[in-house]
Amino acid sequence: MSPAPLLEATRLTKHFALRRGLLGRRTDIVRAVDSISFTIEAGQTLGLVGESGCGKTTTSRMILRVEPPTSGDIRFEGAPLAALDREGLRHYRRSVQAVFQDPYASLDPRMRVAAIVGEPLVIGQRPTGTELRRRVRELLDLVGLPERAGRLFPHEFSGGQRQRIAIARALALSPKLVVLDEPVSALDVSIRAQILNLLHDLQRRLGISYLFIAHDLAAVAHMSHTIAVMYLGRIVEMGAAAEVALRPKHPYTQALFSAALPLDPGGRSEEIILSGEIPSPLTPPPGCRFHTRCSHVMDRCRRDEPPLHTESGRLVACHLYPQGEGMRTTASR
Amino acid sequence: MSAAVIDVRNLKTHIVTRWGTIKAVDDVSFTVAPGETLGLVGESGSGKSMTCLSILRLVPRPAARIVGGAVILDGEDLLEKSEREMQRIRGRRVAMILQDPMSSLNPVFSVGMQVREPLAGYHGLSGRALRSRAVDLLASVGISSPASRLAAFPHQLSGGMRQRVVGAMAIAAPPRLLIADEPTTSLDLTIQAQYLRLLEELQERYRLAMIFVTHNLGIVAKMCDRVAVMYAGRIVEAGPVEEIFRAPLHPYTRALLESVPRLGESAEWLTAIEGQPPDLAALPRGCAFAPRCPRVMDRCRAEEPPELAIAPGHSTRCWLHAPA
Repeated sequence: MSPAPLLEATRLTKHFALRRGLLGRRTDIVRAVDSISFTIEAGQTLGLVGESGCGKTTTSRMILRVEPPTSGDIRFEGAPLAALDREGLRHYRRSVQAVFQDPYASLDPRMRVAAIVGEPLVIGQRPTGTELRRRVRELLDLVGLPERAGRLFPHEFSGGQRQRIAIARALALSPKLVVLDEPVSALDVSIRAQILNLLHDLQRRLGISYLFIAHDLAAVAHMSHTIAVMYLGRIVEMGAAAEVALRPKHPYTQALFSAALPLDPGGRSEEIILSGEIPSPLTPPPGCRFHTRCSHVMDRCRRDEPPLHTESGRLVACHLYPQGEGMRTTASR
Repeated sequence: MSAAVIDVRNLKTHIVTRWGTIKAVDDVSFTVAPGETLGLVGESGSGKSMTCLSILRLVPRPAARIVGGAVILDGEDLLEKSEREMQRIRGRRVAMILQDPMSSLNPVFSVGMQVREPLAGYHGLSGRALRSRAVDLLASVGISSPASRLAAFPHQLSGGMRQRVVGAMAIAAPPRLLIADEPTTSLDLTIQAQYLRLLEELQERYRLAMIFVTHNLGIVAKMCDRVAVMYAGRIVEAGPVEEIFRAPLHPYTRALLESVPRLGESAEWLTAIEGQPPDLAALPRGCAFAPRCPRVMDRCRAEEPPELAIAPGHSTRCWLHAPA
């Protein structure tokens, strides 16, 4: 048996209560994330894809402990987060860092870059001045910025360089997992490859794991070892990145990847265009949540929610693929 | 091919800033025929949006000024029109769809009011005829139960629906030229696919000439007949989409195409473009791409390359392709 994964989420659920109606007496429940399970292995990348409202950002916020889960459980290096004491949580928070989409919003414009990158260190360990300067220099070097960058302010940098600063800050405490929430979508096209290459290189050198969230499916497929596809709070398909991207099984995954337009002016033929809109997570459709837009919809789909089960080496939640006997699992291990 | 709807010739738009004059649009020329789509590709600051705003004469004044060239719409130079004449051209003959539908729609007016306004103005409709035309228009952009949507306010619609309403207003005339400036960037992927299909249908129905501004090369491959790649205010390469994707001439075009991850290619590293986007206030002498170009030569740093016609309809500004 392999060692415990770095992070393991089991039946992770987040419901938000919305107060509505007169005097907020009626409460509606948004099932932002509904009982999803996945693992992130050490040194690997889990790509999370899906459209707005599918719950991918809520998932990352639960991992970052910005949102407490409504139910379900996250284990980090085998230990359940719910059971961690103060010291355990401090360790967890140091081990899990994040890089966000917009490096114009995520860096304090009044702090010099060295202070931005060194801030987590100062809060964490109170190093001496020399130690701090050495570590900041090391971090800037790691992300390909010159030492003098530390003396400048964020506005003196372009978008791509700012994202490098944000990455250096995320790496300051030598985390084991970095949540990357749309890390390149605010950047110029010509810069994206630089940053993706940098992230890939850092993973190889430092052995960190990534939770990679993006709507650019080709970038996710490029960066990830495993891809999980979410729709309205549920994982509908999960498996090895190349398999999910190139041979998607779930009709939603198929439509999603067909909408990720290829760079080929000739390859316009096999496009699947879904009808209808994404339903509100406030009132997800009964049965399979995708049935209102699915071209393969059957009676059963309107009634029974298909469980996530193994189908040719990956997990799919769809009635098109009947479960084989004894293969029924909801988690990958 | 029939005569061009729009013929932009040597267009120059400058912006005066405290760091100096920026040539946001620098000697840009292209044409678009009826039923044809030109993709305008480039990163932020390359001048693609400023080119579109210059066509409509909506550049932010007084900082930005169109300082030269001609914008010929069906034989008339828009740069010689009075502001009053322009007001009758905008929307009616040249319509524009922007990235964020919320900034194109007025949040305090119902969808019906906003769709009726251009219909009343362009076609002199009123009363029941106007209402039924508005319903037809919403139906034609794929809005279900259009009659009941007339009373809805923009915030009650999803992003995809809002952008459809914007599309409805854009084709109310219908115009001769439709400029779509990143129309699907704020939409989800499956909704983007629906919207692109809608634009194709509308274009076919009205034989619209279309300028499609985007940085998404996948959309260019799908939507466009020809493409113009902009860098630092200039068109560095222009030609038929198939040709440019198969055999790009300019090193920037080539690098852009190579730097994008592709589904199904398991290369470990992407071919990145080194360096940073150009600082428009301090462009180098010679070719603006030279500092980042993998094939830079001495000449590139000294002289700006002229537009070189390589094949019919395919041109580039690069010394690599200059006749010896």
